[in-house]
Order: sequence, then C-alpha cells, then structure tokens
Amino acid sequence: MGKIRTPYLLLLPGFGFLFTFFILPIINLAQTSTQTRVSGGDTGQYEQTLRFTNYLDAFVENKEQFGRSFLYAIIATVLALAIAYPLAYAIAFKAGKYKNLLLVLVVAPFFTSFLLRTIAWKQILGEEGFVVPTLRSLGIISESTTLTSTSFAVVMGMTYNFLPFMTLPLFASIDRIDPRTLEASGDLYANGLTTFRRVTLPLSMPGVVAGTLLTFIPAAGDYVNAAILGNPNTKMLGNVIESRYFKIVDYPTAAALSFTLMAAILILVTLYIRKAGTEELV
Amino acid sequence: MVKASIEARGDLRLTRLTKSYGDFTAVDDLSLTIPKGSFFALLGPSGCGKTTTLRMIAGLEEPTAGSIHLGETDITTTKPYQRPINTVFQNYALFPHLTIFENIAFGLRRRGQKDVKEAVDKVLNLVELPHLAERKPTQLSGGQQQRIALARAIVNRPALLLLDEPLGALDLKLRRQMQIELKWIQKEVGLTFVHVTHDQEEAMTMADTIAVMNEGQIEQMGSPAELYDNPETAYVANFLGQSNLIKGTISGNDGDSLIVDLYGQKIALPKNRSHAIDNSTYAGIRPEKFRISLLETPVHGNVLTGGRIEDVSYIGVSTQYQVEMPWGQELMVFEQNDDGVAPFNKGDAVNISWAPTFTFALRGDEDVTAGSEVEPEDLDEE
Ligand SMILES: Nc1ncnc2c1ncn2[C@@H]1O[C@H](COP(=O)(O)OP(=O)(O)O)[C@@H](O)[C@H]1O
Ligand SMILES: [Mg+2]
Repeated sequence: MGKIRTPYLLLLPGFGFLFTFFILPIINLAQTSTQTRVSGGDTGQYEQTLRFTNYLDAFVENKEQFGRSFLYAIIATVLALAIAYPLAYAIAFKAGKYKNLLLVLVVAPFFTSFLLRTIAWKQILGEEGFVVPTLRSLGIISESTTLTSTSFAVVMGMTYNFLPFMTLPLFASIDRIDPRTLEASGDLYANGLTTFRRVTLPLSMPGVVAGTLLTFIPAAGDYVNAAILGNPNTKMLGNVIESRYFKIVDYPTAAALSFTLMAAILILVTLYIRKAGTEELV
Repeated sequence: MVKASIEARGDLRLTRLTKSYGDFTAVDDLSLTIPKGSFFALLGPSGCGKTTTLRMIAGLEEPTAGSIHLGETDITTTKPYQRPINTVFQNYALFPHLTIFENIAFGLRRRGQKDVKEAVDKVLNLVELPHLAERKPTQLSGGQQQRIALARAIVNRPALLLLDEPLGALDLKLRRQMQIELKWIQKEVGLTFVHVTHDQEEAMTMADTIAVMNEGQIEQMGSPAELYDNPETAYVANFLGQSNLIKGTISGNDGDSLIVDLYGQKIALPKNRSHAIDNSTYAGIRPEKFRISLLETPVHGNVLTGGRIEDVSYIGVSTQYQVEMPWGQELMVFEQNDDGVAPFNKGDAVNISWAPTFTFALRGDEDVTAGSEVEPEDLDEE
C-alpha cells in the first residue's frame, strides 16, 4: 500500500505550491474582475456585482494595446527565431570543443538583472550610443530620427531579452539530430537547402515549437520593454494592466484584462500547437 | 557538369588517393580499380582507413590528394548529392521523422522520379518487408532497419553502392543470413557493391574481389581463393584465416618448383607462389592442408619429420593439433573428423606432410605476427 502512495506524496509539495500561488490568486482575480466601485466609497473599494460587461468595456477601451501586444510579440518571436536558429545550429554542429563555453555565453545575460539589461538598451540606442551616430553617418537613418522611445526599440528589447528562451530549446533539439542523417540526405541527392527543409528543420521542430512558445507567451504579456524603451504610443497590454492596477487602482479592469489576455494567448497557442502537430513531428 | 556526373557509369578508379588529418595519414596513396557490377570487399582491421576511403568515394570527405573516377568522369570534387553513389551507413542513419515508405522514397523524390510508389513497393518486396511501409524507423528491429537502409539506397539504382560494415550491429546468426541475402540482392539488381568489413569470413563469403587494407594502404587484392591460397604478405596470411609460417632458405630449383630448406629438411613449392625477394624466406602452409601420420605410415609430397603432438582439441567437425617440431616451433594442424575418433594422442611422435602446391613463400624479412593480433571488435563476435 505504502509503495502505491509514494508517487502521490511526491506530488504533494507541487500541488500545494500551485494551489497557493496559482489557483487561489486566479480565483481571487476572477472574483475581482466582475466587481464594481462602491459608490461614495474610497479609492480602491470595490464590491461584487457580477458585472461581466467589465470584460467588454476593458477590451473595447484597450483593443489598440491588445493588438499591439500580439503584433510586437509575434515580430519579436520571429526575429528571435531567425537569430537563434543559426546560432543554435552552429553551437550544436560547428562549435566542437567550444560548445559548452558558447552555451554558457547564451545564458550569461541571466547573471544580471532583466531590468538593468533593458535599461542598457536605452543607452545603446540613445543619442550618445554608437548605433545612432553610425547609422546616421551611413545615411541609413536621417539626422532627426531617434531610436529610443520607438516601437523599434521595444521590439528589439523584447527580441534580445527572450533570445535565450528561444536558443536553448532549439539547441537541445538540434543537438539531438544525428549528423549522419544529414549526410544520408546529401547522399540521397538532397542539396544543402533541401536537406535543411526536409531533414534538419522537421527534426528540430520540437525545439522550434518550444522556443517560440517560451518567447511568445511572456512577450505578449511583457510590459518592461515597452515601459523602458517605448513611448505612450507603444503601450502594450501589460502596461495598461500595470497602470490600472498600481496607478489608477482600477482592480476589476486590470483583472478582466488579465483574463482576456490569458484566454487569447491560450487560444492562439492551442491553434499553433495543433498546426505544428500536423507537420511531421518526431 | 552536374548532369554528367550524376549519369556517370563504369568502373570506379581511385588514383593515388590520400587523406591526412594533421600529420596522421588515414589513407595513404591508395590506387585501385573496382570493376562495374562486381561485389568488392574492403577488408581490414578497425582504424585502417576503410571508412575514410568510403567517405571519400561518397563525397562526404575531401581527399588530401589523388583522384576518383567513375568511368570516364572525374568525380573527385563533385558534391555528394551530385554523385550517382549511395551509401548504407553503419548505423543505418534512417530519417526518424519519416515513415519507412518516405525514407525509401527520399532519393527518388529528390531526383523528381515518376512512379515513386511502384519503385518503393518493388524494393520493399525485394527486402521482404512490404508490411512495414507506414511505420517509423524506431518501430523496427535492427535487422529490419538494416534492410530498409539497403532498400533506401538500392531503390535509386546507383552506379555504386557503398556499404560501411552494414551488418556490424546484427547478431551472428542474423549476420550470416543477411550476408547470403545481400549477395543475392547484388546479383539480382546487378549494381556495383563496395562492402567494407573487418570480418574476414564475411568478406570471403560475399565478395568477388577483396582488397586487404593495412594502415591506409592496400596490402593485397584478389579473389577470396587467391588471397587465401596465395597470400603475398604475412599480414594477409594471418588476417585471412590462420597460417603456419616456417623460417627457411631457398636452396635450389627443380623445373617449376623451388626447393626450400626448413631447418635442414627440404620441401618443394611452385615458383609462382613465392613472393621472396632473396634466398631468405618463410614457407607458409594453412593448418588444414597438413596431414599428420605416425612414423611408420608412408607419405607423399612435402614431409617434415620429428614432430610430437603437444595438444589435442576436439571441436566437432575437426580436431586441432599443436605439433612441436625439432626446432621448437609449434605448428597448427586441423584434421577433419571424417572417421569418427581422434586418432592421435598427446605425446605421439608424428610426421607432417602436405602437397607442395599448397605451399606459399613469403619474404624472409617479414614480421610473422603481422595481422594476427586479436582485435577488440572480434572478441564479442564468435
Ligand atoms: N575526422 C578525423 N580526424 C582525425 N582522425 C581521423 C578522423 N577520421 C578518422 N580518423 C582516423 O583515421 C584512421 C582511419 O579511420 P577509419 O577510416 O574510420 O578506419 P576504419 O573504418 O578502417 O575503422 C583512424 O585511425 C581514425 O582515428
Ligand atoms: Mg569504419
């Protein structure tokens, strides 16, 4: 009997943690999302009225930021994939004895704070950084163009910050590919590009799916990059939730937006996994 | 150019092919011609450069020097996918994300061939696994994967099929069965097979021609019978089967025969089986060519007297004897057990005799132990 119970006992701490820090807050958030302001009450005083139109109001009011969140997240995910794939491929197949060193370098940014690194981007893209003067002298951007406080900077910051989340799962999955299958593909009349399309890419799909999810999901809910690197016109949903919660103290709208964002991400991710699952995954 | 190389047919010709890694030479100035339609075996111990040679032929490795021709076409620098050559990899290297059908169809699709289904079905029937078409490679046993790897290669009807120890991962029984099947399939499809192996028995069973490789070079090339009966070097004599090599001196001529003095006893051997370069030589005789007789029994041909049976081991089809000769050397003798009982006992005083035509003569400066070490790979085999 004791033997059978052991697995459940092992699950207990995990369940306990999830219950306290996920289930309970979610229930609390759900309750909050349908509350309304107590008329004549203090700021931050709300009562439960089951007002579900809170959701509609919140969405209509912020649909622009909604769209922007997903647009930025998608662009950042695609950019991160474009940068991380060759990187992961090179580390897996070409790095030889430097493989571990390069992997450490990929995760090295985690040794400093996320916030600090994002602020550093502000300096890199600032007037005194080397990027703007260089681009100006090359005539790529005009003298009046700045890069800080732009949507460009926000997307760059997101791409940069989530790059390791893309690179690591990609590496794990490319590293598992037997290089002899790639040789076999060449042996069977496939040139480099065809080998990539028919063998390398399909075999690395688990990494692509994991990496894009690990990038897209936090990117869609991100607010740090938009807050530090953006301007009022590049606000994402995360920024709205943050200001509703902490500045305006409008808890119900913040809660409703959080739920809407969560649902939208869930739906998108489900569709994506369905689609990716029909491709030939291992 | 691309078109020309992919259509190339004919004999495979390696000319002074060399591959170096740093200052280590894996394949050393190797020249050899493999006739179209033959079953050719590249035989040698692990690390002698077989795989490197094969990879250069396939285009997966670039030669440091030398050239590779297929018929009249120089394919030395041609990309692998532009060579009419397919490989059965040692670990099979099947595509894990594709079904067996798509694995086999891979090469056909790349070349835009029509009737893919028909060709794949046909080759699946040839390897007797038509029911596995929709499975994935991981759902197959080792022997089945091996056949699929073969099918995936031969379905393309390449000018040349390269097999790198394709049976190495199979157990002994399955390996023997696959050897026979491979040989049969080669006859059936009529392609040129280049088969790499470190197993001399496998090479002998399957190949029309064997090239024995040693440290990046071809030691000797010929039919299995030629190599076995008339090895040119101690390395070949020991690597293919076992040999008794007895130190001697060439002391004279007798028509087509040479007379060799072995520790004072004279024997004869055909001139064309001598590879000695001066008077000093090693006379070589295979253990099963010897006959043992008690002193009073009359014998013909070459005779060595003064032997004493040192050890007898009965192994069913034959009995193996160790016979100590007056000069201290122990000779190995295999006698067929065609009359039931082992007729000689330990300690018997005996003579050893054999037909002169079964003798070969090596250079006197050979290392008689060359090629006779047991390789680690061979230990787990039999
Ligand atoms: N990429 C390489 N770098 C350095 N040495 C190599 C490389 N490939 C093979 N070798 C060496 O070349 C020799 C021949 O190898 P290989 O052709 O694989 O032998 P075989 O197939 O006969 O066992 C071995 O000593 C091996 O260590
Ligand atoms: Mg090898």
